[in-house]
Amino acid sequence: MSSPLPPSGSSDAPTIEASGLRKHYGDVHALAGLDLVAPAGQVTAVLGPNGAGKTTFVKAVATLLKPDAGSLRVAGIDAIARPDLVRRVIGLAGQNAAVEPALTGRENLVMVARLFGHDAKAARAAAQVVLDEIGLSDDADRPVKGYSGGMRRRLDLGASLVGAPRVLLLDEPTTGLDPRTRLELWDSIRSLVRGGTDVLLTTQYLEEADQLADYIVIVDHGRVIATGTPTELKTRAGLDVIEVRVRHAVDIAAIAEVLAPLGTEPPHLDEPARRVAVPVQDGTRALTEAVRMIGEREIALDDIGLRRPTLDEVFLTLTGATS
Amino acid sequence: MNTSLTAPSGVSISASIRQPPNPPGVWSTATTYAGRTIRQFIRTPQLLVVSAVTSTMFLLIFRFVFGGAIQTGGVKYVNLLIPALAAVSGLFAGGAVGVAEDMETGMFDRLRSLPIPRPAILLGRAMADTALNMWGTIITVLVGFLVGFRIDGGFLGALAALGLCVVFSTSFAWLMIFLGLVSGSAQAAQGIAFSVFPLIFVSSAYVPVESMPDWLQPIAENQPVTAMVGAVRALVLGGDTEMLLGHTTTWFVVRSLLWSAVILVVFAALSARRFAKL
Repeated sequence: MSSPLPPSGSSDAPTIEASGLRKHYGDVHALAGLDLVAPAGQVTAVLGPNGAGKTTFVKAVATLLKPDAGSLRVAGIDAIARPDLVRRVIGLAGQNAAVEPALTGRENLVMVARLFGHDAKAARAAAQVVLDEIGLSDDADRPVKGYSGGMRRRLDLGASLVGAPRVLLLDEPTTGLDPRTRLELWDSIRSLVRGGTDVLLTTQYLEEADQLADYIVIVDHGRVIATGTPTELKTRAGLDVIEVRVRHAVDIAAIAEVLAPLGTEPPHLDEPARRVAVPVQDGTRALTEAVRMIGEREIALDDIGLRRPTLDEVFLTLTGATS
Repeated sequence: MNTSLTAPSGVSISASIRQPPNPPGVWSTATTYAGRTIRQFIRTPQLLVVSAVTSTMFLLIFRFVFGGAIQTGGVKYVNLLIPALAAVSGLFAGGAVGVAEDMETGMFDRLRSLPIPRPAILLGRAMADTALNMWGTIITVLVGFLVGFRIDGGFLGALAALGLCVVFSTSFAWLMIFLGLVSGSAQAAQGIAFSVFPLIFVSSAYVPVESMPDWLQPIAENQPVTAMVGAVRALVLGGDTEMLLGHTTTWFVVRSLLWSAVILVVFAALSARRFAKL
């Protein structure tokens, strides 16, 4: 924190600051007192299953709906008192935004740029910059109805950028895409947000949050149940695991004997797979020790490794604990 | 952490795009959205063709199938029919469906996240729907000429009649926008748009009010479509309209404009309210 603060007072405010946010539809509490701080200059992922309240939250941030209670600041602006000012600093893309199939890619971008407040000339210039950036220059003058699903999503992403927003809101940007297109879109998002960008991303894919976000907020039933960096969350969910696969099934008991003193609990044996797994406290040191001892006994292995818990395991642990 | 504090806020790409100095105004927002809606219509040939074909079919059926059975007194039926079709064409328009589609696809969510005066979007929609409606009206009048329609009220009368058609179209466009906003889906909008049919048929548009049962006549006589149809007919027919249509031209025109104003104000207000809270 040795660098001087930026001149503008609000640009170091958290991207989003929500406190006690509530929204209900009849008996359904989409947001049940949600508290969240998305730090500035980072990609924050709001991660949760369907119906967790992610979309309601992003709609509140995008000023598409008004919360029943609580406070919400976007880039330092009170979103409930001054939604008009919030709309000047945000760009929205994803499942709640759309592109017009009858228009060309360029026409779509020019239209949105005009509605951000650009004059005709600036709107055309902004559209061209974005087209280059999202790699759609060659298809810019074709109607969007001929675009593939991935191209449409990229255009949608581009449309949120033509107004040079300070905060980018991506609502489930890759939902429904095939795996290859998803990887391509991740690349696009990564290159767009390179170098410290204020992004709020909602997703139900743990891998997506892990890939794109600096900071993850896990929500369920309209509340935040955990926050942290991807690494922190994985650490909280449990210990590292040493996994060994022996070449000959007869050695499995011997391996279990070697690993037992290293583990925090008895090793888990999976005989058909010739695999032994044990949770350990200090992962790398324990692994080194295991390798040394197995080497001394000259037991033939197919595989040995240290495995971090996956975000899926984190998520199941955390949501399981609350419900 | 240090870099994120000193890095300019905003996405990397924004360095090459100027921040827009001011949010757009009502006019620029409305025309931008109207332009998109008109282009959408023109580039969907099915819509162009279907709207032209259905209005022509309707015209021909009434002209040649029902027309012979309808007693019209001193005026040729076709000369009553074409002004009626032109006056109420706004009630047949697909505005409600278009609005519901924009709601379903997420277009309205994107627009509502932008720094625009929100009701200007609806204004743009009404402008576009009115313009598109004129396309149907022009076809109706041209086909009308082919099947015997003649203007007896002179050039100025015809021009005034056209002006009234634009006004009626605009107020009906707001009615359709409201129906689209409350319908929830394009399919529902299609159904809800039929709810205006009694307004069209329980009027003097296709059959003389006197041919209806006694209890229905006061309703038909005093509802907006009868006033609008009467105004356009009076201007197109010219001559002694009190003798031909039962009231003077001024009576019809004033009533129809008052009705238009009421419909426009009520449904524009309801639509703007609804749009803000979608």
